[in-house]
Amino acid sequence: MAKLILLCIKFVLLCSIADAVFEDQVGKFDWRQQYVGKVRFAHFDMHVQSSKKVILATEKNVFASLNSRTGDLYWRHVDKTGPEGNIDALLLHGQDAVLVAGNGRVLRSWEVNIGGLNWEIVLDSGSFQSACFVGQQDSVKYVAVLKKTAISLHYLSNGHQKWLENLPESETVQYQAVYSGGNGEVYTLGVVPHSHIAVVVYSVEDGEITKQISVEAPWLSNIPTSCAVVGQGMLTCVDPATVSLYTLDLEEQSQMTQIPLQSLGLEVSPGFQPVLVSTQPNPARPPLSEFFLQLGPDHHLLLQLNNGQIVTLRDFKPALLVSFATTGEKTVAAVMAPKNKTVKNYPLSLFVFCLSTIVDCFLPQACSLNLFSAESGRRLLDTTLIFNMDPNGGKPEKLYVQAFLKKDDSVGYRVMVQTEDHTLTFIQQPGRVMWTREEALSDVVTMEMVDLPLTGTQAELEGEFGKKAAIQDGLLSMVLKRLSSQLILLQAWMAHLWKLFYDARKPRSQVKNDVTIENLSRDEFNLQKMMVMVTASGKLFGIDSKTGTILWRHYLDNIPSNAAFKLMVQRTTAHFPHPPQCTLLIKDKDTGLATLHVFNPIFGRKSHITPPALPQPILQSLMLPLIDQDYAKVLLLVDDQYKVSAFPSTKNVLQQLQEMAGSIFFYLVDSNQGRLSGYRLRTDLSTELIWEVIIPTEVQRIVTVKGKRPNEHVHSQGRVMGDRSVLYKYLNPNLLAVVTESTDLHQERSFVGILLIDGVTGRIIHEAVQRKARGPVHLVHSENWVVYEYWSTKSRRNEFSVLELYEGMELYNSTVFSSLDRPHPPQVLQQSYIFPSSISTLEATLTEKGITSRHLLVGLPSGAILSLPKMFLDPRRPEIVSEQSREENLIPYAPEMPIRTEWFINYNQTVSRVRGIYTAPSGLESTCLVVAYGLDIYQTRVYPSKQFDVLKDDYDYMLISSVLFALFFATMISKRLAEVKLLNRAWR
Amino acid sequence: MAHLSPFQLSIFSTVSFLLCTNFVCCNNGRRVGDALDTEFGGFSVPLEHSFEVDDVAKFRVRGALVLKAGREPSVSLSQNQLSEEDRTKLKEVAAVDGLYRIRVPRVFLQTDRQTERQMEGHLTAFVRACAMVESHLSDVISLHTDVSGYLIGVSIVTIPGACRGTEVEDEVDLEVFNSTLSIVAPVNAPGPETALFLERMEQEMEKKGKNPQEQKSFFAKYWYLILGGAIFLMATSSAQPPAGGDREQS
Repeated sequence: MAKLILLCIKFVLLCSIADAVFEDQVGKFDWRQQYVGKVRFAHFDMHVQSSKKVILATEKNVFASLNSRTGDLYWRHVDKTGPEGNIDALLLHGQDAVLVAGNGRVLRSWEVNIGGLNWEIVLDSGSFQSACFVGQQDSVKYVAVLKKTAISLHYLSNGHQKWLENLPESETVQYQAVYSGGNGEVYTLGVVPHSHIAVVVYSVEDGEITKQISVEAPWLSNIPTSCAVVGQGMLTCVDPATVSLYTLDLEEQSQMTQIPLQSLGLEVSPGFQPVLVSTQPNPARPPLSEFFLQLGPDHHLLLQLNNGQIVTLRDFKPALLVSFATTGEKTVAAVMAPKNKTVKNYPLSLFVFCLSTIVDCFLPQACSLNLFSAESGRRLLDTTLIFNMDPNGGKPEKLYVQAFLKKDDSVGYRVMVQTEDHTLTFIQQPGRVMWTREEALSDVVTMEMVDLPLTGTQAELEGEFGKKAAIQDGLLSMVLKRLSSQLILLQAWMAHLWKLFYDARKPRSQVKNDVTIENLSRDEFNLQKMMVMVTASGKLFGIDSKTGTILWRHYLDNIPSNAAFKLMVQRTTAHFPHPPQCTLLIKDKDTGLATLHVFNPIFGRKSHITPPALPQPILQSLMLPLIDQDYAKVLLLVDDQYKVSAFPSTKNVLQQLQEMAGSIFFYLVDSNQGRLSGYRLRTDLSTELIWEVIIPTEVQRIVTVKGKRPNEHVHSQGRVMGDRSVLYKYLNPNLLAVVTESTDLHQERSFVGILLIDGVTGRIIHEAVQRKARGPVHLVHSENWVVYEYWSTKSRRNEFSVLELYEGMELYNSTVFSSLDRPHPPQVLQQSYIFPSSISTLEATLTEKGITSRHLLVGLPSGAILSLPKMFLDPRRPEIVSEQSREENLIPYAPEMPIRTEWFINYNQTVSRVRGIYTAPSGLESTCLVVAYGLDIYQTRVYPSKQFDVLKDDYDYMLISSVLFALFFATMISKRLAEVKLLNRAWR
Repeated sequence: MAHLSPFQLSIFSTVSFLLCTNFVCCNNGRRVGDALDTEFGGFSVPLEHSFEVDDVAKFRVRGALVLKAGREPSVSLSQNQLSEEDRTKLKEVAAVDGLYRIRVPRVFLQTDRQTERQMEGHLTAFVRACAMVESHLSDVISLHTDVSGYLIGVSIVTIPGACRGTEVEDEVDLEVFNSTLSIVAPVNAPGPETALFLERMEQEMEKKGKNPQEQKSFFAKYWYLILGGAIFLMATSSAQPPAGGDREQS
């Protein structure tokens, strides 16, 4: 019998938790965007004239193909993170893309049409230097890979090694480049810095050294940065010290020829390292004899090397970027130059706007692109292309040109521009932007979700009945205001009706519901929000959570490369007419110096409020629940002198701070010294040290310190037990979970420590050690529980552990919680489980009132996001089922945690390299908004307790209302009949 | 196998938590240095306290903690009485809602050599001075160590912990400390309990094997299903085949 009940319980559980998506719901509430990262190499697939592919290799170790018409991904291969998967070189020939990855560890060939792997071989160890195609008799057959000590030649068709030769004198000579001009020989170029160049020539056929020369070059230190092979095997180098070019015929000469730039009438910008750019359209033939020489940040020259003589074909100044492109037999040079910066080119309205906000107006700059014939330097007709730079973007950084032959045999082109903010923009003549990709979003650091503002009409009403208005105005003006707002409402309704009528006539497919920044408004249940995302490159984005449309972007230049970001919402949208306000704290990790960027999260505009200058390194920042008279929360910044500054720092705020000072506590963590210390604010905004906990760094180091989320609500104070008594939760909002890892990494002695510390009093509430365990530890801290995941070195598996804290059967002080007055330590329960997968990130769902049961969202390395009911992580799960535990709905303990595929909230929409999950409550209690970010971004909604407060989509309103009406009439009629009957009986 | 209800389990874990702590009630009123017996390998460190009206910490010796190192470290405290002057000062501090702080030096318990015991720095904790006064100096001090025996933190609470603003009339109440001391070492967090689970599974399997109901023949077990199926088949075959198909279309 007991078993049957158990079975029943299991069945009910299974049914109640199986909340996967139905097929017709796919994409209804969720979206995914896939990114590739900052582009390192890009090639246009040219082997078919009509090909629409761009092949990319990125700094995120992603190799992908884009549709050049739409910007969508054709296919994408994500390699390992870190140096292991680092893409060193990408060579494209015909349908084959050859990739060297992992510092020369593997050589792969891909088929570019479908992204299939042709072959892969593992190369001998040795750090990678350079790679190139080797051709013979106009056909490319081999790939040469140059390593630090060896060179190898591989067949392009199957990757087999043709030969491998050790490089002579590789201890002294740094071999840096490999070159082949299609004449049956492979040249390796090495340099002994400030001494000489070593050229070793190998025969393609058998790898024999046919020639070995050494050329004096005491000024040279690095070949790839200052040299290029031009024309028929002429190595051309530039030396900024003597301001001259050096040429060397690799086939004949053994002496470099110096050509002073002055003899050509040229000058180098001071402090600029000149750069040479040559082009080799076909690897089986020598490079062209034309090349670019960059002499300054905006100065380029098209030069030609002709029988050892250098001829200037054209001088480009100003020119930001240049690039060669080849189609068929024609090679062209594309040059990007800034357009004239005169204001009159801009529309008048813009001009006026600029004048009105002169404070930080940024004139949108445009660039013009032109094509020039590479042979003559003549400008080609009708090839101007205008590139309007985004005022909120970065400067152009790289130019990729796709040239093609038009029907009349003239050259047409499209360009892909890469800007500093990692954006790719694809432009067609005469300046039409076909698509843009915001690759900065592949590296989201932190994010927040902000409520959308009310619509204009709602705002109008809000304004009318706002508190301030009511006090100031008299009766008559209130009536007038009321009438006017009613009129506005009527007008809005008419407009809405008109739109409905207008749209009804159009076919359905044409009715578009584009989200723009103008028509943004909060929906009924506050399910649509603004996602403010901060990326590592320093670009901020505002994304509509419903559709994933990027509504605004803002690039912050001069962000240090190792910056840490903290995004805080100082004022939400709830305080109309004050605009919402977000503050981004950008901190340089090395110096500790920080800057603040204050902006409006709905429109992305920088706020007019000037943030305080922060001359001192910042140790800690905290948002207080205090608000100033403009409803902005107060941000406290603690500097390295333990002085506190407030932002905003108005008189009102300072006065409030003085009043509250005695009850403002904060803590600092110094993981280098293992020190946790607590401070109290004084009325003069200085601080005093009140507690100190020091964890010796010789034994363990602090890895994570995590408090609870400030916007979290807990609905119930306790848990009802099987015998109807209540077990009260220990709900300490100041509790910190500190995770330490042992410095000793031996698998028998390593451990993970968990400390629960009260952040106000510094009292250690609980201290536990997970022996034979190792990080990385993922931790969630919420309500009265802490869940963490670690690697068990003893059993070689991932394990989850849950800690729950209870006050006991009675509360100490049920009205208010104070850390200063809770003398009894809580009861701590703990249980552990085996988890059958490693995890990438961990987060808990969050709802408006905290009534809905909680789920844990687990990001798995496979890209799936698992919604794991907290019910399974409950230290009160009994080993032996009893009547009481059954009453409480506790699941019997099982050491292994299941992973059910229907718990994957993102079905097949995997999120590559998921790094973080953000959860936000919506206006519906049952619904929690989830954003997972990593290489991809995925947004969805989860319903941990199913949609208990929502009627189903297919709810039969007709049936219920007709039944209601029928019952109503039936009662009316029966009442009437009963009356008649009574009357008749009375007459009798 | 012990049958543990979840509630018992919770008690069990609390008990195990308490087992790790060794309560030693201090011997009040003795002079410092009176009983610094080193016969059981103990050593003493000063426990200092500070309570100032202007909240600038000035630590003075409150007593001596006698720590006994070893596998199961224990602690005892010998402390002075509060002087007349201190009593009035404490009341003054309580009146302005100042802090009563204590501190102990960082020590390493798991060694015999005196030189290695002491380390640089102190561990501090605090409690509101008014709570100290209103509880008549009854405080609970716990010293927390880490796995290897380093003292990492100290905490102090008073029982009762609240400040209700009640006046302490009798000066005698503020004379003697009524302290409870303990050393708390970290508890071992449990791993997944596979052994117990497997044992239980085995028992269940055994039970299943012994259960005579399970060993019935196939027909004996499912006779009702078979009978029901047979009746159903007979009923459907005897009845007219329904004109099915239309309903499915709708």
